[in-house]
Amino acid sequence: MSLLTVDSLTKHFGGVKALEEVTFEVEPGEILALIGPNGAGKTTCFNVINGLLPPTAGRVFLDGVDLLDLPPYHRARLGLARTFQNIQLFGGMSVLENVLTGRHLGLPVGPLAALWPGAGVRRAEAHARRQALDLLDLVGLADKEEWPAESLAYGERRRLEIARALAQEPRLLLLDEPAAGLNPRETEDLMELLARVRERDLTLLVIEHDMSLVMGLSHRIVVLDQGCLIAQGAPAIIRRHPRVIEAYLGREEEEEESEEGRDGSLDSSPIQ
Amino acid sequence: MEAYILHLSIMAGIYIILTVSLNLIIGYAGQVSLGHAAFFGLGAYVSALTSLNWGLPFPAALVLAMLFAGACGLGLGLPTLRLKEDYLAIVTLGFGVIVDLIMVNLTITGGPDGLVGIPAPVIFGLSFRPPVRYLALVLLTVGFTLLVVHRLVHSYHGRALRAIRDHEVTAQVMGVNTPAYKVMIFTLAAALAGAAGSLYAHYITFINPESFGLHTSILVLSMVILGGMGSLAGSVVGAMTLAVLPELLRRAQAYQDLIYGALLIVLLIWRPQGLLGGGKLSLKFLRKKE
Ligand SMILES: Nc1ncnc2c1ncn2[C@@H]1O[C@H](COP(=O)(O)OP(=O)(O)O)[C@@H](O)[C@H]1O
Ligand SMILES: [Mg+2]
Repeated sequence: MSLLTVDSLTKHFGGVKALEEVTFEVEPGEILALIGPNGAGKTTCFNVINGLLPPTAGRVFLDGVDLLDLPPYHRARLGLARTFQNIQLFGGMSVLENVLTGRHLGLPVGPLAALWPGAGVRRAEAHARRQALDLLDLVGLADKEEWPAESLAYGERRRLEIARALAQEPRLLLLDEPAAGLNPRETEDLMELLARVRERDLTLLVIEHDMSLVMGLSHRIVVLDQGCLIAQGAPAIIRRHPRVIEAYLGREEEEEESEEGRDGSLDSSPIQ
Repeated sequence: MEAYILHLSIMAGIYIILTVSLNLIIGYAGQVSLGHAAFFGLGAYVSALTSLNWGLPFPAALVLAMLFAGACGLGLGLPTLRLKEDYLAIVTLGFGVIVDLIMVNLTITGGPDGLVGIPAPVIFGLSFRPPVRYLALVLLTVGFTLLVVHRLVHSYHGRALRAIRDHEVTAQVMGVNTPAYKVMIFTLAAALAGAAGSLYAHYITFINPESFGLHTSILVLSMVILGGMGSLAGSVVGAMTLAVLPELLRRAQAYQDLIYGALLIVLLIWRPQGLLGGGKLSLKFLRKKE
């Protein structure tokens, strides 16, 4: 059975049809890329899967469980984690504390556990700390554990956000444009990191504009345009899909006319 | 003179409990409450009434005051904490006004005149009427409050609270049950304020609604802001300063409020994060949510 099922998902914002009857599935262990021009509805799709926005119609299942009425923190418990297009760190916390917050679900519940922490609670906290340090090591931030999260460079913040999401030990990780704003070297590092992350028995759903990353990493690709799913399949198929080429080229022409292709994250020849 | 210092110390101790508990809501969980004095008053009245009418010993009256105030905090928290900050400000303000009106209008609470003859605590035959002993009792409660709050905010629950304060949506995505945390903090803070109310009632021995109105809520809020949001040491310093400062300014009589207000303004310009605090007062609730 597929891990995530998105079934006829529709989301309207007033007159804006951000998602229109979108249906796709994510299989366990795969890396699925969600691509499409800006405004196609990709982030909205994540927000609905995540529970941050209610859908107008349609359903989302995680491993067969209907997520519709569950709040985001309940979905997290079922194994859903994500990062944000505009990085959302806890600015007032240290780098380590940010990752530890991702471990929240792994710690004992109930206020009394904190007021009189017994040996069990203290062991759990020590364990969470070790796990968090391991993750910082994985993303290359081990030497900055005490830094305030706000003081990190842009690329480091992206990696910290990924470490925090990994700390949740999710089954499905949603990454919203993880390479946005990264230079080519950082993007390469990111690809390497994601490849290593995959070994953790994890399924990835990635929104990305960087085509080298999409083509190099994903097993399958789902393409959205103006809220509609216009194609899905293996990278080799999507690369030559006429509707995909049309969607991207149409978009590019518009941009060149209006703002000289200001959107640097969209590769100059995305379908190549 | 000595008696006067004792009196100031006892009052300062009671204000410390109030300030620390309000700081839990505002400084740690990042929520708004403009009606904290209502829980203070509920604790005072419950403790006084159960002592006067049922002859309950002080420890039992204190526990009942905490439970009742805590239950009211829970009752207020459950329906309202799903609200955004701006609504929460209005709801807590309204709650304070309603509790005030109830105290003024019920016969059992003695109306505007309040209650008199509230007995001094007697614990295991030991009377706490002498101010030195009462101060010890207050300090013990202050110590207990600080210990509980310190443990809570320095545990992973404290981290969850700061996550809620920094970024509520992201905290939810991390699996933090934000409504549960907010209700828990409201309940705990209300119960602690109820304990402060009980201590106040049995010390002053007569209470009326005047002590538990909006101006007290604002005073405690000032103590939190002065000391610093999210700082326990700050709350202690803030409460002591504002509990003592008006007394020092008493000679200035007519100018007392003026000097007092001016000092606060100067401080907040000079150190907007409060004397010992790390974060600024969140005025998020005054801004429109996007
Ligand atoms: N919260 C919202 N309120 C109103 N409109 C929104 C909201 N979020 C997204 N939209 C609109 O929905 C469309 C899809 O946006 P989005 O999902 O962010 O696209 P993408 O991530 O693919 O660039 C856009 O037209 C956007 O303006
Ligand atoms: Mg987006």
